[in-house]
Amino acid sequence: MADRVYRAAPPETLRIEALGELTVLFDRRSMQTHLMTQPMPEILAVMAGEPCNAAMVAERLATRFDLGGDGDPTPLIAERLAELAAMGLVAEA
Amino acid sequence: MRHSTRIAVGPVQFRIGSDWRAPVAALDRLYASYPRDDARPADATVRLFAARPWRRWLRPSVEIGGDFTVPDALPLPLSMGLLAAEMGMNLQVALGWRRHLLLHASAVARDGRAVIMSGESGSGKSTLAALLGEDGWRLMGDEFTLIDPAGGDALAFPRAVSLKNAAIAEVAARVDAARLGPLLAGTPKGDIRHLIPRPDAIAAMHEPARPALLLFPRFGGEAAIEPMGEGEAFVRLTEASTNYVALGEAGFAALTRLVRATPAFGISYPDSATGLALVEQLFAEAVR
Repeated sequence: MADRVYRAAPPETLRIEALGELTVLFDRRSMQTHLMTQPMPEILAVMAGEPCNAAMVAERLATRFDLGGDGDPTPLIAERLAELAAMGLVAEA
Repeated sequence: MRHSTRIAVGPVQFRIGSDWRAPVAALDRLYASYPRDDARPADATVRLFAARPWRRWLRPSVEIGGDFTVPDALPLPLSMGLLAAEMGMNLQVALGWRRHLLLHASAVARDGRAVIMSGESGSGKSTLAALLGEDGWRLMGDEFTLIDPAGGDALAFPRAVSLKNAAIAEVAARVDAARLGPLLAGTPKGDIRHLIPRPDAIAAMHEPARPALLLFPRFGGEAAIEPMGEGEAFVRLTEASTNYVALGEAGFAALTRLVRATPAFGISYPDSATGLALVEQLFAEAVR
């Protein structure tokens, strides 16, 4: 999969609340509520400000969290980014 | 409409019109002790009308109308006019109310603290609320509970309780017969009989209560208590709310606050006595 570059929704358009193991997110543009688990909220958090591809997201996540495992997380993060794009929470830059 | 009445249940003022006298007379009897303020504008209108003009006399059949309608709702025979009125009132509130987050849940309160019980039809939430309402608790409602988006309090909607099937005998054994409506046998929902809430519950219907406990009852099986996480309670209550989507961010904020501030449990119980004991136990722990 090509490592596409995405831009996260502007922070002021999202209201994000952690509820135990779930995170609920209200998108003020679509008026939709999204439910998510790790690492979706963390991906959105590290994307703030500038467009990112999966490799950049992986690098930023690694500096903040212990990602565990030995393999390259980039392909998995690329899948999550595609899912976030399907929810309308990130868009191709 | 030929016959009409006004009913105030909690914050909702209903105007009910009917082509026939019987359903309005039955409502007037059930709601005789509720405070009335006929000068107040109606929030919701329910119309019970004849499908065809001659249907007023010949095999009379009641269509339900109002500000909101369900296109495929079947007409009911006139003998079930009271059920048609109840269904019409529920529909107008479920689809039209915007001032509060509306939960399809029963609720009772004690000392200003509310227990909110949400579940599918058959979970026993209505029966538990009715029995608790006869046992030292203030009945806030058997069908809907309203959450104030500004302050987070629960508001009552203490309509006449709709007792179904086995619950009818269980409650009838404990209350004065004057507080029961006529038996509506063989309705699409089974046998139904209405219970007029206790006078103290009606008198207190405008008093908010701070949520203390969220319960998700399940009738049947061994007695069990399962703590529920905030996320699961949130998901279940979005499903139990008829106006969550319509309220937008206000609904989101009200619901996140409710599940964060209020401990939630799933409870299973094999009989009403066990269910009541579980509610008492969990309430005592929650307010300690």
